[in-house]
Amino acid sequence: MTGMLDMDIMDISTLTPVVPPLATTLAALSALPIAGINWHSVLFLLFAGLACGFAIGVVAADNVVRMALYLVFSLGSTAGLFFLAGADFIGAMQLMIYVGGTLVLLVFGVMLTAQAPLVSIKPSSSDRMLTAVAGASLLSLLLTAAFSVDAWRGPGVGVVPAPSATPLGMALVGVRVDEPPAGTPVGGRVGYMLPFEIVSVHLLVVLVGAAYLARAKRRRTPRPIDALASAMPVEPVAPAATVAPTGRSAGGAKSALVGGGR
Amino acid sequence: MAEFLIGLGLPGWVAWSIAALVAAVLLLNVIAGGALVFIWAERKIAARIQDRLGPTRTGGRFGWLQSLADGIKLLAKEDLMPEGADGLLFRLAPYVSFCASFCAFIALPFAFDVVGQRLNVGVFFVVAVLGLEVFGVILAGYASASKWSLFGAMREAAQVVSYEVPLGMCVVVPVMLAGTMDLVTIGEKQAGWMSSWYLFHDPFTFIIFWVYVTCAVASVNRAPFDLAEAESELVAGFHTEYSGLRWSFFFMAEYGSMFLVSGLAAVLFLGGWNGPVPVARLLGFSDGTGESAAYVVRLVGLANLVGKATLGVLFMMWIRWTLPRLRIDQVMTTCLKYCTPIAAVMFAGAMFWQLFLPGGLFPGWARPAGEIREGWLEGPGGLPVAASPAEDRSSTVTGGESVERAGLAKRSPR
Repeated sequence: MTGMLDMDIMDISTLTPVVPPLATTLAALSALPIAGINWHSVLFLLFAGLACGFAIGVVAADNVVRMALYLVFSLGSTAGLFFLAGADFIGAMQLMIYVGGTLVLLVFGVMLTAQAPLVSIKPSSSDRMLTAVAGASLLSLLLTAAFSVDAWRGPGVGVVPAPSATPLGMALVGVRVDEPPAGTPVGGRVGYMLPFEIVSVHLLVVLVGAAYLARAKRRRTPRPIDALASAMPVEPVAPAATVAPTGRSAGGAKSALVGGGR
Repeated sequence: MAEFLIGLGLPGWVAWSIAALVAAVLLLNVIAGGALVFIWAERKIAARIQDRLGPTRTGGRFGWLQSLADGIKLLAKEDLMPEGADGLLFRLAPYVSFCASFCAFIALPFAFDVVGQRLNVGVFFVVAVLGLEVFGVILAGYASASKWSLFGAMREAAQVVSYEVPLGMCVVVPVMLAGTMDLVTIGEKQAGWMSSWYLFHDPFTFIIFWVYVTCAVASVNRAPFDLAEAESELVAGFHTEYSGLRWSFFFMAEYGSMFLVSGLAAVLFLGGWNGPVPVARLLGFSDGTGESAAYVVRLVGLANLVGKATLGVLFMMWIRWTLPRLRIDQVMTTCLKYCTPIAAVMFAGAMFWQLFLPGGLFPGWARPAGEIREGWLEGPGGLPVAASPAEDRSSTVTGGESVERAGLAKRSPR
């Protein structure tokens, strides 16, 4: 038995000659010059234009919070480019890491602009010149590099099936499930576990370092246990403490215990 | 849908546009219509919990039309903007919030293959996009030029860094069990009896579900985590200065996000669109493509998922009107000191459970058919081989070829 779907299609296709308006509409739609456009390119240009426009907005704005917002939009458009290219994972990553990371920037912007001098940033003309030269040279370098790759000039290679994120994850834990290119040596099939681990440990070190820097500073007020210790009778140690005020002798060890934490 | 329209003879771009438009309008209606119903429900539930009656007059005995009346009132309200406000950001903020909430709906499946856009990394996409909603809150708080709003925004910023970490860890567990981030596949893997839901997969997933609930409530700014709003401390927090339609956009975003995190919980832990009893499967129907009955099965699945998500939203309302608001340091303590370690331990526990007891306590007892990893199968000699997408799709849909459990868990560590 054929599905309902197929029967519907058959019915309407047989009916089409009987209903001239529908047929003419369809023909008109197909004949529109818009029909021949490569929509992939159009969407690419749209997202790329948005990304570039908001990037210029970041430079042109003079308010830190607005800059951060334009940066978010610019990075979001870049994520759109990734989604357009079928790289869902990279696109979601872009949203998660870059756009989410800009959130912290935004928060700092909000906190900084509480003070008057940073509400409106007006760089001096020499700064503008300097950054323009630096930016233009970087841009020209990137453009020449991009246009020197022949494969990137023409249209795309056509529709390729959107890859799944699973091979990516498997490769990160050391198992390559994709087909290696021909001529790869046997050792070339290993995944990326070592770089992955190095990056993880690196990030862990950064986290620990940040927590160390941001830790609560040394206490001014004695902790309850110190107060308890100082309330205890300390007569036997008192002479030793006066003899060794630097607190590194045998008696000083006890006094250091008593006054611990200071 | 687009293929169907192309089959009708429409040119491709018209077909794709219409298909996209239909999905977008439907999702928009889910948010807007859902907000209407949920606001009414919230009023009634709040009233009942506080021993009141709630709306009783507008639209009959139960006040059915109360939300509609509210909506008309909001439309008629004067649109105000404070004098020192940053006009652009002030106007933009509600839409940023709303768009983030709306975009996340694109990847949420409502039944098998009833999804705006089936993404290979659906879970990740939803979590990433949902995190963008915070932008609207912080922008609104900053642009309002009001101390209350700024306080709300700063609290939200502090809250966001505390709940994002455990939320991500909770979401990872079902992903690990299913071996894919595709929400449709995750839901399909829990087909069968209620016991195959990931909530009941093992004790660790049961606990981590409640950690997820905690973090999800924090992520949608609902009491006891509504610090950004805190109407008894900060007037109305980040939306103090908003009125009229802009204000209602914030609320639509909030209710949309509530529905979204509940739907995500339903797909990840509560079996998605699979009911507690697999009626369709017992009757011999499947929700695969190409069968007329599949549409009915999917409709039932849709009702299942919406019902579960609605239950989640009602649960959030229940705790909102039951628990007092936490202080900001208590929020951070809850999320970072308790939820994160619990989630980490449960993640490790679920991993080891999968490693040593992959069949559950009672092997062969109501485990879902079609245990197959997405995209690749286990080849001879334990080496993974890439599977073609078509092969994968068909076997996932029908669940016919019950491939030997090709889990990460059984792979020898290298």
